[in-house]
Amino acid sequence: MASTDVIHSEDTNGKPIEKLETVVIRFCGDSGDGMQLAGTQFTNVSAVFGNDVSTLPDFPAEIRAPAGSLGGVSGFQLSFSSQDIFTPGDEVDTLVAMNPAALKTNSNDLKRGGMLIVNEDAFDKSNLGKAGYESNPLEDENELVSYDLHKVPMTRLTRDAVADLGLSSREAERCKNFFALGLVYWLYDRDPSPTEEWVKSKFAKNPTLIEANILALKAGRNYGDITEAFRVHYQVPKAKLAPGKYRKITGNEATALGFATIARISNKELIYCGYPITPASDILHELSKLKNFGVKTFQAEDEIAAMSATIGAAFGGALAITATSGPGICLKAEAIGLGVITELPMVIVNVQRGGPSTGLPTKTEQSDLLQAMYGRNGESPLPVLAPANPGDCFHLIQEAMRIAVEFMTPVFFLSDGYIANGAEPWLIPEVSDLKPIKINHPTERNGDDVYLPYLRDENLVRPWAIPGTPGLEHRIGGLEKSDPTGNVAYGDENHQEMTNKRAQKIENIANFIPEQTVEGPEKGDLLLVSWGGTFGSVKTATRRLQAEGKSVAHAHLRYLNPFPKNLETILKSYKQVVAPELNNGQLRMLLRDKYLVDVQGFDKIKGKPFLVSEIVSHINSLLEK
Amino acid sequence: MSVELPVLTAKDYASDQEIRWCPRCGDYSILAQMKKVLPTLGIPKEKFVFVSGIGCSSRFPYYMDTYGIHSIHGRAPAIASGVKLSNPELQVWVITGDGDALSIGGNHLMHAIRRNINLNIILFNNQIYGLTKGQYSPTSPQGKRTKSSPYGSIELPLSPLSVAIGANATFVARSVDVDVKHLEATLKRAANHKGTSFVEVYQDCNVFNTGAFDYASKKGTKLDNLVYLEDGKPLIYGQNKDKGIRLNGMNRPEVVELGKGISEDDLLFHDEKAEDSSLAFMLSRLKYPNFPEPVGVFRNVSHPVYDEDVETQLKETIDSLGDGDLEKLFNSGDTWVVE
Repeated sequence: MASTDVIHSEDTNGKPIEKLETVVIRFCGDSGDGMQLAGTQFTNVSAVFGNDVSTLPDFPAEIRAPAGSLGGVSGFQLSFSSQDIFTPGDEVDTLVAMNPAALKTNSNDLKRGGMLIVNEDAFDKSNLGKAGYESNPLEDENELVSYDLHKVPMTRLTRDAVADLGLSSREAERCKNFFALGLVYWLYDRDPSPTEEWVKSKFAKNPTLIEANILALKAGRNYGDITEAFRVHYQVPKAKLAPGKYRKITGNEATALGFATIARISNKELIYCGYPITPASDILHELSKLKNFGVKTFQAEDEIAAMSATIGAAFGGALAITATSGPGICLKAEAIGLGVITELPMVIVNVQRGGPSTGLPTKTEQSDLLQAMYGRNGESPLPVLAPANPGDCFHLIQEAMRIAVEFMTPVFFLSDGYIANGAEPWLIPEVSDLKPIKINHPTERNGDDVYLPYLRDENLVRPWAIPGTPGLEHRIGGLEKSDPTGNVAYGDENHQEMTNKRAQKIENIANFIPEQTVEGPEKGDLLLVSWGGTFGSVKTATRRLQAEGKSVAHAHLRYLNPFPKNLETILKSYKQVVAPELNNGQLRMLLRDKYLVDVQGFDKIKGKPFLVSEIVSHINSLLEK
Repeated sequence: MSVELPVLTAKDYASDQEIRWCPRCGDYSILAQMKKVLPTLGIPKEKFVFVSGIGCSSRFPYYMDTYGIHSIHGRAPAIASGVKLSNPELQVWVITGDGDALSIGGNHLMHAIRRNINLNIILFNNQIYGLTKGQYSPTSPQGKRTKSSPYGSIELPLSPLSVAIGANATFVARSVDVDVKHLEATLKRAANHKGTSFVEVYQDCNVFNTGAFDYASKKGTKLDNLVYLEDGKPLIYGQNKDKGIRLNGMNRPEVVELGKGISEDDLLFHDEKAEDSSLAFMLSRLKYPNFPEPVGVFRNVSHPVYDEDVETQLKETIDSLGDGDLEKLFNSGDTWVVE
């Protein structure tokens, strides 16, 4: 296990309990095996217990790929700890594999000596064949020798456990994820009651299924407790998190909650216009529940309509938002340009996924940064923000909305699949601590008996008069216009001036965002620069390198356009600058372009987050040169 | 309490912008009728919003002293839907053309109509792309020679009204640009309908497709080529009101002459309120020169209105769940306390 293997105490059955600091578990099985559910429940009970947790769901794009196939394997990894953790872990300590395909695709990530729990009932000839095994690896003495293998007949034991309930054998077998969960709960001394409560409310209309799942959970637990197969079990004490009340939150939940919050405290109507797309749809799902908060959700006919309706809602005076993923942004691009030239406030969320085209819909990547910056026709600048982790989505999305309104511009918010689906404990804020947006819709004419929609303030921001206001009737549009009337103007000097003003307005935002912070020495051998969902891996790697005595610092950017004003000084304070990214060097390109600093890349495009160890060994190799 | 509205005239709805349509373009007449209609609706001026896409007709909002967006090609119905969602009290007009609405924006048109959002969509049909200087459009007749079809278009045209009726439009009408009284009355009825109103206006592009609608607009011919629809009235037309349309034994429309044993009672009677849209659809298929083309209101039925239902659902949710409480929302689900 991860560390501090001290025999601590014994349980009532006389089995010893060892204390551990951090554990990484992965549940994997067929898409229909309920692995996401098992992982989510383990996360919940660990969070409620008081561990720090970090999760990595990993599932195929197909809803139900052929049963037993390699392509249909669904996994859920989580790390839980008595310390602050920032990633779901590199190597897996305990792997639960529900079928041969899951074993084949996941066993490489299990550390040597790690615990491997398999459902041996699923290792029949048919499943072995589908996974490409010529013989049963569970019966081969040379296979799996480096792991602590536990063969558990989960299907049969689950069927036995629920035998008296009169379920069909298919229904009975479907409970086996709860058997696996119960076993792992015993192994890590978890309190199953939050899961039992969840089962009761989930199956409230079907008491038999409540009973079946709870029986399966208990059977798994008893199996660990009673059989000789498991000699020890483990405890991971509570983490020393900042005091306060917590709940578990995913990035998409936090994004939706942040949107609803900023609208509520600013006393504004929130209108979400979107089109279903993985991995952004949960934002739509969450917001569509919040009708009693005055949140309107519009499921448009396509991404173009979603963006267009967002613009219409912004013109109408709502806090207008949309969320999608990369392919959706491609479709929205023309309308985003209309948002830029009309200078209307709105937030566009891109929950990035693997691309190009349909790419890897369920896997993470951060390769849409340049698309956000430049993916429109003409000179079309807009602010770009990126959250660092799930909880950060709550705060930064409010900041994005604030910038949109205060600077009258569309704002990009670049989340990613890893942040969106990943969960972590979230310190519940006090509503009274949150800052509303001050919104001013003019009611008086600002010109000589006319309303001038493009009369700009000292920050080059235009006023936001809304339809329904007497006397302020005005027209906006996609054609070039002149200040301050907004009337169509094709003049050469005017176009230059308007282009410059739109760009300068976005640059001015740098005066209103926080300065960039650095973790580590102010000057030194090497600076790691990261953005978005790589935060946890890079932060953990930096701490590890620092613990090794290396002169390494870390700057994580949440504001990508404009950059914080002090960024140039920071970049020029280190002998080397490295930007690890889940793309081919997009931030690196922006930094090199803007600051003429020799930023080096460390790129990974595998649909997966960085392992901490990958970053540590790469940086060490650079420092040794 | 009724609030007295200031008395406005067409002039009050004219913006200070120079109108840049070609001289004698049919758009002028539509603009003029619109400016006449708005002051008669009993709606304060600040509540009107005009949304357009791209094309000659889409310059329309710039010429109206109301709120307006001249947007991007084909997207006006979607933008207008967003405006309406933000403030259902606004009266939102969509100004579009045959290319804008039926080609690049076909999807948005269909879905705005399907949802029955309270919009007034006016489609200026000139059967040509004017702003791009003369390519065939989705309503150009087969064989039409244009810059992009020098040997004649091989494509079959769409009927805008058939499309709208197919999407279950609740208000469907047609008028002709120069038929000013009829156009004014049609726009007014469209404005007063709750739900999506869809109006096709035959509009002459006198530069790239001049005379396309002469049969429907010239004094000498139009009465023989158009049938004016009136609810509950038989379909009679012709200079001398001596022709009509009846359904034959196969339930298909045919042109008949009145007299010689055929009376008005034998003719098809218009029923704009029929819930079943097949009569309206059949009327939308009547094409010159085989038939007179119907103008007026094809269909006018009452269905639930999207933007009203959005508001109703919000209210009902507040009634059943209580007004949203952020603190409760933050603390929902499993929570735990770290000391």
